[in-house]
Amino acid sequence: MHRRTMIALLAGSALGAARLAAETPAEIRISAKKFEFHPNQVTVKAGQPVMLVLTSEDRIHGFKMPDLGVRTDIVPGQETRVALLPTKPGSFTFFCDVFCGGGHEDMDGTLIVEA
Amino acid sequence: MLQSDRRDFLKLTGLAGVAFTAGLFPNQRARAQANDFHFVQFSDTHWGYSGPANPDAEHTLEKAVATVNGLARQPDFIVFTGDLTHTTDDAKQRRERMKRFREIVSALTVKDVRFMPGEHDASLDKGEAYKEFFGATHYTFDHKGVHFIALDNVSDPAAKLGDEQLAWLAADLKQRKTDDRIIVMTHRPLFDLQPSWDWTTADGAKAIELLMPYSNVVVFYGHIHQEHHHMTGHIAHHAANSLIFALPAPGSQSKRAPLAYDAAMPGKGLGTRDVTMTDKVTLVELPVTRS
Repeated sequence: MHRRTMIALLAGSALGAARLAAETPAEIRISAKKFEFHPNQVTVKAGQPVMLVLTSEDRIHGFKMPDLGVRTDIVPGQETRVALLPTKPGSFTFFCDVFCGGGHEDMDGTLIVEA
Repeated sequence: MLQSDRRDFLKLTGLAGVAFTAGLFPNQRARAQANDFHFVQFSDTHWGYSGPANPDAEHTLEKAVATVNGLARQPDFIVFTGDLTHTTDDAKQRRERMKRFREIVSALTVKDVRFMPGEHDASLDKGEAYKEFFGATHYTFDHKGVHFIALDNVSDPAAKLGDEQLAWLAADLKQRKTDDRIIVMTHRPLFDLQPSWDWTTADGAKAIELLMPYSNVVVFYGHIHQEHHHMTGHIAHHAANSLIFALPAPGSQSKRAPLAYDAAMPGKGLGTRDVTMTDKVTLVELPVTRS
């Protein structure tokens, strides 16, 4: 089963939406398990569309990246797809927001958006 | 929304000092002195934690109990705002920790003790073990004219109060007058304190919206392991120190890792809180002093 979560980060921008539709996004796969994301550091280019493909190896985890307005569950046996068009360079933290045990608070990673 | 640290908050209220006294019931008429009382807040005791952030973890809770038992004026009651125990995947060990925690706090001189869960107690089994030992995860009670509401924002591992509990809260508030004194107690901040550290409640804004029509509301919570004060409109939110380790100020560093243990000051950043209720609310932070 494929679970599709499409989030355009140029929300409100017709140009951004058109661009997201026109270009093939780079697919980045991130797997989750207690208590880590793999990879936990992802580098992308500003202005280039990205498709995060999120999977879980063990149980339900969360994927939250507040600075980019992203929040979704990651359910075992499903691929959760999150479309991004990051425009602002910087480092953005993502983390699990579904409490999963003793190492939950350390289950995080960084999206680096290069200029 | 106004964000304020302690200093800003003191400026806001025009008061300063060791005791944190503020006009926290801004529209409250003076009450008869006979109804004045105080209670003590414990939070984030994390019984069962073992690690370098607190080499004295096996004794800190007992010392805090002794400290509160030594207060010259004993409180009317005591509240624990969550994370009574440190989480474990082992359901049997979770219950053993809760049992031992309950044994330790049974030494409190004051026997009117109110508990609520934190995510370490309740998020892995939706509060099942917690309820066996401590009862309901959300409830109300009244004391000398003040209405207390304990909210559960941890039994759902996604940190939600949930529609059912919000409806329960709305129904309870409908029975209150808009100038009633209301104390809300919960574990996680109801407002977005630091979303990048997950210091939020997913649907906490809905609870605050329900509380906004009431002019005398104060919220006490834990989770962030430090004293912190914040206003959402006229509602004051006060976070308490932990009894296991301190965490950094919101957003002050990249990770919310525990602050390093200071062997020269082993109780630094830890403690309980005394809350005195008159026509004002006065907070006094109590360091762990007894052995």
